[in-house]
Amino acid sequence: MGLELYLDLLSQPCRAVYIFAKKNRIPFEFKHVELFKGQQFTEEFKKVNMLKKVPALKDGPFLLAESTAILLYLSRKYNTPDHWYPSDIEARARVDEYLSWHHTNIRANAPKTMWIKVLIPLLTGQSLPPEKLQEVMEGLATSLKQFEEKFLQDKPFIVGSEISLADLVAIVELMQPVAVGCDVFEDRPKLAEWRNRVEEAVGEELFQQAHELILNIKELSNIQVDPRLKEQLTPVLLKMLK
Amino acid sequence: MVVELYLDLLSQPCRAVYIFAKKNNIPFEFKDVVLFKGQHMSEEFGKVNPLRKVPALKDEAFTLAENTAILLYLSRKFNTPDHWYPSDGQKRAKVDEYLSWQHTAIRAQGSKVFLIKALVPLLMDKPFPPEKLEGAIEELNSTLKQFEEKFLQGKLFIVGNEISLADLVALVELMQPVGAGYDVFEGSPKLAEWRHRVEEAIGKELFQQAHEAILNVKDMAAAAAQLDPQLKEKLKQLLQKNLK
Ligand SMILES: N[C@@H](CCC(=O)N[C@@H](CS)C(=O)NCC(=O)O)C(=O)O
Ligand SMILES: N[C@@H](CCC(=O)N[C@@H](CS)C(=O)NCC(=O)O)C(=O)O
Repeated sequence: MGLELYLDLLSQPCRAVYIFAKKNRIPFEFKHVELFKGQQFTEEFKKVNMLKKVPALKDGPFLLAESTAILLYLSRKYNTPDHWYPSDIEARARVDEYLSWHHTNIRANAPKTMWIKVLIPLLTGQSLPPEKLQEVMEGLATSLKQFEEKFLQDKPFIVGSEISLADLVAIVELMQPVAVGCDVFEDRPKLAEWRNRVEEAVGEELFQQAHELILNIKELSNIQVDPRLKEQLTPVLLKMLK
Repeated sequence: MVVELYLDLLSQPCRAVYIFAKKNNIPFEFKDVVLFKGQHMSEEFGKVNPLRKVPALKDEAFTLAENTAILLYLSRKFNTPDHWYPSDGQKRAKVDEYLSWQHTAIRAQGSKVFLIKALVPLLMDKPFPPEKLEGAIEELNSTLKQFEEKFLQGKLFIVGNEISLADLVALVELMQPVGAGYDVFEGSPKLAEWRHRVEEAIGKELFQQAHEAILNVKDMAAAAAQLDPQLKEKLKQLLQKNLK
């Protein structure tokens, strides 16, 4: 049995894994786990990832969750070009540093825009007061400032002149606010130029293809959401609505 | 020049770096950054880590932030025993998986219990309503359940028979609520046995030494009492914001 990747391209870490696998011509079976249909809660998927999250990997009997772990596993197993995870010890540490910082910064802030603008109205029929979005955008702005000053600086990419896993993981996350009309690149020329470079390095076509679904998220407003998903998300939503 | 490590042992990721460096006889200069004195806000420290967090590393001209990045850098540079970050592809992936998962799970929930239970009473003028702590403990408990079922399972350590970076990073985080008086190991024999194994693998003495500060609540209270007023105000705002 070959490599299976469990993905939903609405999810940003899934897009990172998808783009990485495609770009590096890694053969895999695309297993679609539709989050809106609650397919992450099925017994079948629980056997692949009991955390009930995508992305997840199955390689024969070997199971793996967490996008960064999956990216690193694939990079080693398929011996992908060095620039993705440089063997130079200092450059590699820079990638690790970003991949760690990412979790509680860009990853924590950027998806909240999607929650507020699309998911909460879709799931609860209610909207949050505009101050909420403003608060989230402020948090995101702080993270983006640190991203530019500490991580990107004046380099073309996070670790220098070539794309690495760090850039890939960052860009997919920042496309989430873009998809709901919070264009974080608009007033940030340096960030916008970096985005162009990343898209080019990935390949425009592949980048577009991976982002097609999320960039049309607004068309999902009439989607039928799985009741179990609603139930699972209610506590999270209630917390946000406070 | 030896590697400089900027640490405050009240901080759990700092303890992981400290224990790892000591255990592997990595020569380093211990640079004290006392968080309670606001030393991470100093001009000097800003040059080492503009994110103004500990731990941070300086190796000649090279500076590095983030606990896991520092641990991996040290493991590569000093070629530490393989079990910390196994060269076997699947085992290594399991360490990566844990190190990624913990940020928004054990680290997030454990710190929250610590902040509400230990820091809020020391810093805030009035206590939080008890539901806050109860909610945080509930979340921590469901995360611990995932930790046992998904990561530890029936194994001795997260990746099998030997200690790895994953166990080290996990245990220092779990000692944070313990320091605040919420013993996560009580009533959880499997977790308690794992803790013993990890302590033994590290060495009891080193483990104790690294945790002396966090396990001494009285000292922490004394340090908090001497807090610079401006810093206290800032910390209060941070707590208020983070614990909403
Ligand atoms: N840290 C994980 C995050 C995975 C994650 O949060 N996945 C989301 C989609 S972006 C998910 O599967 N959510 C389903 C749910 O929580 O029900 C990673 O990087 O892989
Ligand atoms: N993800 C970072 C977290 C570092 C961190 O949050 N450090 C805390 C102490 S545990 C700190 O320096 N806080 C000071 C502040 O935020 O002002 C790591 O693993 O190194």
